[in-house]
Amino acid sequence: MEQGELPVLLVNEVGGVRGVLKAHVEFLKKHFHLITMKEFLKNKKHWSKKVQAIYLWWHKPIIDRELLESLPDLKVIANSGVGMDHLDLKLISSFGVKMANAPHAVSSSTADTGMALLLASARRLVEVSPDTECFADDLLGDEVTGATLGIIGMGSIGYKIALRAKAFEMKILTEEEERAVGAIYCTKIEDLLQQSDFVMLVVSLTPQTHKLIGKRELELMKPTATLINISRGPVVDQDAPVEALQTGVIKAAALDVTYPEPLPRDHPLLKLKNILITPHLGIKTDKTTRMITEEAVANILAALNGLPIPNEVFP
Amino acid sequence: MEEQELPYVLIDTIGGTHGVYEDHVEFLKKHFTLITMKEFLENKNHLSEKIKAIYMWWHKPAANQELLRSLPNLKMIATSGAGMDHLDLKLISSFGVKVANTPFAVSSATADLGMVLMLASARRLVEGCQIAVSPNTEHFAADWLGDEVTGATLGIIGMGTIGYMVAKRAKAFEMKILYHNRNQRKEEEERAVGAIYCKKIEDLLQQSDFVMLVVNLTPQTDKLFGKKELELMKPSATLINISRGPVVDQDALVEALQNGVIKAAALDVTYPEPLPRHHPLLKLKNIIITPHIGSATTSSRRLMMQNMVESILAALNGFPIPNEVIP
Repeated sequence: MEQGELPVLLVNEVGGVRGVLKAHVEFLKKHFHLITMKEFLKNKKHWSKKVQAIYLWWHKPIIDRELLESLPDLKVIANSGVGMDHLDLKLISSFGVKMANAPHAVSSSTADTGMALLLASARRLVEVSPDTECFADDLLGDEVTGATLGIIGMGSIGYKIALRAKAFEMKILTEEEERAVGAIYCTKIEDLLQQSDFVMLVVSLTPQTHKLIGKRELELMKPTATLINISRGPVVDQDAPVEALQTGVIKAAALDVTYPEPLPRDHPLLKLKNILITPHLGIKTDKTTRMITEEAVANILAALNGLPIPNEVFP
Repeated sequence: MEEQELPYVLIDTIGGTHGVYEDHVEFLKKHFTLITMKEFLENKNHLSEKIKAIYMWWHKPAANQELLRSLPNLKMIATSGAGMDHLDLKLISSFGVKVANTPFAVSSATADLGMVLMLASARRLVEGCQIAVSPNTEHFAADWLGDEVTGATLGIIGMGTIGYMVAKRAKAFEMKILYHNRNQRKEEEERAVGAIYCKKIEDLLQQSDFVMLVVNLTPQTDKLFGKKELELMKPSATLINISRGPVVDQDALVEALQNGVIKAAALDVTYPEPLPRHHPLLKLKNIIITPHIGSATTSSRRLMMQNMVESILAALNGFPIPNEVIP
């Protein structure tokens, strides 16, 4: 098939800090004629009516009314990853454009990240000092085996975390019934917070989960407990953990997500000793990023061929 | 019961870097009259014959010929942890003294640490933390990636209690598990964790994405892992050591990491501990080193202490000794 006959796919950029991975370009070019926002803006008249699909990578390009209006033949927007909180789903739908995410590709890798943060925090992995002359026995950490893990959010990722935690003989508390992993169902979030040694946030960001964890929830947690967030920064009221960690309301926190990302360099969270912050590692492996692109391509091709979209997201 | 009637037990010191934990002392004093090495040396004549047991915490006090000779009524040495490589078991036995360790108290915490090192190494956690807080960070690069743990192949060398616990945990990450051990485990045990026995260590090394060393240090396992083994590993593989430093030929490891023979390493144990500050291992980028924290949790250390007390009491009362080590 000639390059000209392939459907046109718009991406923000290729390579660089936020761009689509260079390693994925060959695969994308098998199915699409790839253009970047830069190329699009340079020759809007030419590309306007040709772009049929957009592939978002790290939330870019930004989908606003102006962009949607300039792409009359746009059929589908495929998101990399599962979170859709950066998109105005109603607006996009009003233009007759379909949307899809990549929920399956992300789950194992994100669950692994949650467990890595839990373990690293409990066992104080990151506190190793380069100036060590002898090993002080005051580097004692907390036992993970047999501890209680409260999982807030029981989608695919939460479920995979429960499976992993179970192998560490952890007692698992959830807010949703999940008998398959022997989790104990807490009808109220308060019960989960009061009994957990580790609280892990694995929810989507929605108006209901925005600032789900604030001062009140942190105060309900044990003073020996650790908060782990692998969902979205805004699920936590970010001022609250600063104070809670400084005053020992909770013992420690491990955050793979914050708002913004990265945090401004003078942010109080960066100065705390009892916190672990990672640069949104959730899906950052070769294998998972590859699977995300494959899942997105499958979604796009289905949409363009008038077939049911495997991971369609409705407003 | 009066203080003098409790059996006399020798310890190194209380508190400080390697001393008996201050918050364990209350429990210990319920059962024993504790004598520190300082007190013993100051009053050898009086205390020599009274000491019935040594509570050896982090290898101290050292059970050398001189000490053993000066304690004619010594019946038992309880040592913390699982490793026995710091003790001359034959020498101790020649004095009619029994020995006990704490192999089970350490196992879950050590297995957990093996998993932390594997996950942290694969997902570049330590590096990631540095990026997250670095004053120079302006954005998080999209092409900064780690390796997938789910579905990868883990080769466990040494499938004792700790190795088996590692296998149980790794199974939940859908890992393919290979193991090499002196003896093959029972079929039901293998099936429970989905572990495949590799009679030849070469087979395990060539197929594994992560190789974890979980053996005891014995004359047979000393320098078990050297240039040959490292070269058999995949260049994309990571070596994890939670057993003892001398199991690995450290010079060979330095070279292998420098030349990309293997991708990375994560070591909870080295020789010596800590490494001298100019050691080449400390300069490498593709390595994580932790300060022998395998059993370093509050609850595991408490359990170790309680196990040691039980062993000493059993020995002094003529009962079968839990965790006795026969030379």
